[in-house]
Amino acid sequence: MASDRSWPATGSDDRSAINGVGALAVGKLILTSGSFYVPTAVVTGGRARRETKGALHVASRRSWAVLRPDPQGAAVTGDRSLRGKVAVVGIGESAYYRYGQSPYSEFELLLQAILAACEDAGIAPREIDGYSTYAADRGLPTRIHTALGCDDIRLSNMQWGSGGGGTAASIGSAAAAIAAGTADCVVAYRGIAQGQYGRFGAGGGSRTVSGTTKFTLPYGQMSAAQHYAMRVNRLFETSGISPDTQKAVSLASYHHAQQNPRAIMQGRPLTPEAYDESRWIVEPFRLFDCCLENDCAAALLLVPAERAKDLTDRPVYLLGAQQGGGYRSHAAAHNNPDYDTGGYKTASPRLFAQAGVTPADVDAVQVYENFTGGVVMALIEHGFCSYEDANEVITFENLVAPDGRLPLNTSGGNLAECYVHGFGIMVEAARQIRGDSPNPVPDAKVSFAASAPMVEVGSSLIFGSEEVI
Amino acid sequence: MATDARYVLSDGLPMPVPSRDGVDAPYWEGTRRHELWVQRCPNCRTWQWGPEIICHDCHRFHPGFEQVAPTGHIYSWERVWHPVHRALTDSCPYVVLLVELRHAGDIRMVGNLVGDPMAPFSIGDPVEAVFEDHDDAERPYTLVHWRRAG
Repeated sequence: MASDRSWPATGSDDRSAINGVGALAVGKLILTSGSFYVPTAVVTGGRARRETKGALHVASRRSWAVLRPDPQGAAVTGDRSLRGKVAVVGIGESAYYRYGQSPYSEFELLLQAILAACEDAGIAPREIDGYSTYAADRGLPTRIHTALGCDDIRLSNMQWGSGGGGTAASIGSAAAAIAAGTADCVVAYRGIAQGQYGRFGAGGGSRTVSGTTKFTLPYGQMSAAQHYAMRVNRLFETSGISPDTQKAVSLASYHHAQQNPRAIMQGRPLTPEAYDESRWIVEPFRLFDCCLENDCAAALLLVPAERAKDLTDRPVYLLGAQQGGGYRSHAAAHNNPDYDTGGYKTASPRLFAQAGVTPADVDAVQVYENFTGGVVMALIEHGFCSYEDANEVITFENLVAPDGRLPLNTSGGNLAECYVHGFGIMVEAARQIRGDSPNPVPDAKVSFAASAPMVEVGSSLIFGSEEVI
Repeated sequence: MATDARYVLSDGLPMPVPSRDGVDAPYWEGTRRHELWVQRCPNCRTWQWGPEIICHDCHRFHPGFEQVAPTGHIYSWERVWHPVHRALTDSCPYVVLLVELRHAGDIRMVGNLVGDPMAPFSIGDPVEAVFEDHDDAERPYTLVHWRRAG
């Protein structure tokens, strides 16, 4: 079965290879008078029941491609869009520690980050009336609300599923609540102390395994690196994309970390030779293709755009935030039909339509590195390069600030700054707009950040400066 | 290398336990007979893996199982060098395969490659199942591995 290399879609729709669709049903695209391309159910093999489920249902069954919004009319760009309605006014972080090295508990680290964000914004902590996080964060909104003596709690939001796939979505949901009048001052956050609660890179010590991992774990596939390696191997083996792209991503992160006093890996530069000589963790990932394991927390404070102007002369406006997961993206034991994907193909067109910018307008790019191969997928699926030119675009020279054409992970990212379960990626995207990144892209106006690649539900966002509103 | 010649990986990994709701029981029971059974909806004939309580295509509950030939083609792979479980310290490197069953709606299954983990292979190569019995387990079970065919 061929992999999907038709990104971005152009209108042809041959998804006969999708699991369960087979040759029995063949869709045909038509341009309707509304906002979406929807397929006409041209049904063969006695499967007319598809037509009873409505056009959009058929569209969701057939392909992510047919859901691409028409920029002129889709809901993401109309009055319901949150473009420019909400701004980040506070950035806060704990100190960053190697796992097991923090003198503080996970919850204490989280409170430090939230209080730092409030101080940065000039907002009293008791004003926080909303909370948004992801990955089953143990820092419950009710506990924070009570611990900080806040006046009211109007939003307590958790992005369900996919761990680090929820970073941008947690900020998007926070902004959506503000834009809808549900809350006025929302903190998006993540606190994670792997020393206190266990390393992500270690296998489980239980006696039995149930749930869907029973089809993978008994075969020695139990860590995140092992879970995602097969997607990247297939990408490389079937697309012609070189593993050298992974090396470029890793070297860029380590290069940027050398300028970042917060970075765990500052003072520990990585040479191309050291990368090449590093040990395999699981092919195609070497040691330096894998994210760190840390004790840390980070937070962003969001308020309505009109209030942001009173608080700071450098508001970081949210231009767009979108979450997506394609057809059967969570099918167990690697049965998601579009397999070697970062998982952004449904969300990416919506994101750029909502933000009103193109990939070429983006000044700085941050992408969650769980493993470097996923970053390659993210760059392609957000249009920063293509399957065809990825080898030429994803090079160390192109990826480094300030002069590269695609500055990537300018804080050092999850590989070399700190693994705040990806929230540091979001913090750095905001910093680029404020001009206080450790590796600032001169005059950055449009800043992009993506959550974890290769997960079942992914998300990404775009920040902008006052000039692009 | 595996310390127990009966198994591809060393003994001591967590034991798979069938779901309490019975959704995957025919699969596990089939493996004990060295047969491969996967979900297929009797209504719309859609193949489905992993097992779920409902057919994702026509929404018939309890879509049932069919026996399929225990063969497939390599869809992807990984070679594991770093053991993340104490039981695997002596098992690295080992290869995990993702195998596509083209005769069963392109569903995919994960298993280990039986044989030399450094032997060359490619995506698309044909493989056949190797049933690995764990009869000594508290609740005996059988894993499904793969070896190159043809």
